[in-house]
Amino acid sequence: MWKLLKKIIKTGILTEKPSHRDEKEFQRTAFSKSLAVRHVDAGSCNGCELELWALENPYYSASSQGIKFVASPRHADALLVTGPITHAMHEALLKTQEAVPNPRRVIAIGDCACDGGVFAGSYAVLGGLEVVLTPDAKVPGCPPTPQDILNILRKAFART
Amino acid sequence: MDSSLPPVSPGGLCLIPLEEGIPRCFFPHENSATYLEHAADLKSTGGRFLGLWASASPFPRIYSSVLLKEGLILMVLSLGKDAAGDFVYPSLSRIFPSASRFERTVRDLFGFIPAGLEDQRPWVDHAHWSIPPLSVPPGTRISSQTSSMGRPDYPFVRVKGPGIHEIPVGPVHAGIIEPGHFRFQVLGEKILRVEERLGYAHKGVDGLFRGRTIMEGAKLAARISGDSTVAHSLAFAQAVEQALDFIPAAGVRFMRAFLLERERLMNHLGDLGAIGNDAGLAFALSQFGRLKEELLRKNHLHFGSRYLFDLVRPGGIAIFLGDPAIRDLLTEIARLLEEVLELQRIYDDHGGLQDRFQNTGILSPEIATRMGIGGVVGRASAQAWDLRSGHRCDPYHRFPPALALAHTGDVAARVRVRFLEIQESLFLSRALLEHFPENVIKEEFPINPDITEGIGIIEGFRGETVSWVRLSPGGIIQAAHHLDPSAILWPALEMAVPGNLVADFPLINKSFNLSYSGNDL
Repeated sequence: MWKLLKKIIKTGILTEKPSHRDEKEFQRTAFSKSLAVRHVDAGSCNGCELELWALENPYYSASSQGIKFVASPRHADALLVTGPITHAMHEALLKTQEAVPNPRRVIAIGDCACDGGVFAGSYAVLGGLEVVLTPDAKVPGCPPTPQDILNILRKAFART
Repeated sequence: MDSSLPPVSPGGLCLIPLEEGIPRCFFPHENSATYLEHAADLKSTGGRFLGLWASASPFPRIYSSVLLKEGLILMVLSLGKDAAGDFVYPSLSRIFPSASRFERTVRDLFGFIPAGLEDQRPWVDHAHWSIPPLSVPPGTRISSQTSSMGRPDYPFVRVKGPGIHEIPVGPVHAGIIEPGHFRFQVLGEKILRVEERLGYAHKGVDGLFRGRTIMEGAKLAARISGDSTVAHSLAFAQAVEQALDFIPAAGVRFMRAFLLERERLMNHLGDLGAIGNDAGLAFALSQFGRLKEELLRKNHLHFGSRYLFDLVRPGGIAIFLGDPAIRDLLTEIARLLEEVLELQRIYDDHGGLQDRFQNTGILSPEIATRMGIGGVVGRASAQAWDLRSGHRCDPYHRFPPALALAHTGDVAARVRVRFLEIQESLFLSRALLEHFPENVIKEEFPINPDITEGIGIIEGFRGETVSWVRLSPGGIIQAAHHLDPSAILWPALEMAVPGNLVADFPLINKSFNLSYSGNDL
């Protein structure tokens, strides 16, 4: 136990502060400090998932900025979708989206969810979230960096 | 390259140690009797089945890969039509039980029928097509409709009895997880049986490879499983290079081996944190998450990509390491080694953690041997297979990493193997950096005048990763297939779960950490 506590104290706080402008923007949002997001993998290669996981590490610490990954779509304000939307995930994706209460936002994460990426044109994928849902925002990148994802989350929820 | 080494002969079984990779050869079969006999032979000499796939052009064939201690054998069976007009081949499932899901996949995608396969259920077919999408000629139906193709309700094996109930989970999971379905048969808190239903991430990769150039193919190979991008890129590069009879320079081999270790470190660090977290120690997730993020940032700084996407390419490597970068990476390695050892002591001394780890999710060495399990999971169940040791490949034979082995087969064993491998990986990375020969960036290779084939196999962070390509003249991919070790490991997870509590499933699953995308292709 001692070793563990010592390590915690020695490590200190690593979380990087968002830039002043970003923070101000996010403060004014409807979901200020309490954005619940649900992730659906619609057939990604798991590269985007690695970066979504990275949002939870001490450097980005999305939860300390009020962005929280929730287990049920019914608790969510936003749906993050990754992958080129495989036929096999189509129905599950729609059902998950329907379960998210209004007002909700849908965000496409990564090149595959934006337009199918390298998998576009295959018999097994629909190719891009737009084919089934209207995304409120898109984060291109293969995979997009955690910073890109955070920036879009902040922007998508800024009051206009 | 030592020119005195003869190349692998494609016809016979002469597996001569090679500098440029694991010895690997094609073994053609014209009839099913010799094919089955050969498979049984390979099994009796200790061969491990790694996977099976099909190709349609120029004519239907089945490829089965079996790994021996000496190298990889790829049995190639040409298919003939039966009386009903279907392409039929004998099922290997009685010799290698793991062949079952692969053969079901081939039936779903190509319509080639495995004779003697008991499991007639579809696998990647989720009732979204009525004609096998890769059939020959395109659009051919299976005349003898033996499978339950097109059925929306998948017949899970059910356990019946008083008090037994079923828990369906997925394909959308409660977290940041890939899609897949698990069906638990439960008595109270105890799992009696779990069955996987995968294929939700099926993207038609085999179809997408067709007609692409080598470089386009490399881009696709890098995205078969994002967490193993180096492994798949490297296997693909090896396959193309074997097909083109091209041997990369020592500098390229060093850099590739180094990148592969970076990927192993990144994933093992992430897994150790996630496993600790699933056992209730949030401290583990933040500490290992920190180490992983620092590694990723170094990757971005020195290689321009956090996860090392698109750096390993056929013919060479896309990066250059200067002396300042090498010095910086050496410092990082020393620091990481110290930190990991410190965290390992915390893990070892933590009673609560060890209580969750030990005797949870046991994959016994006997079952692991019977199923031919390799990789981290296999080594945690006393399976002494690691392509990096025991072969003459350069640069591994210069600084062979010690085999990380554990015998209990539980979550604790898989944690221990990961800790050991991180240390060995750091030693190997240090040795590679200290003896770095020369920086070579090459992306030129000969253009093939004829149709040629090649295979590549490397030890990724999960286990053996295989790539096969057939090139048309001029470097266009006619067909290609990748094997992620996950495909062999998923059935092993089903064997490790029964008898455990439902609440322990996430922990056991995490300790396997398998790829859905790499499995579903």
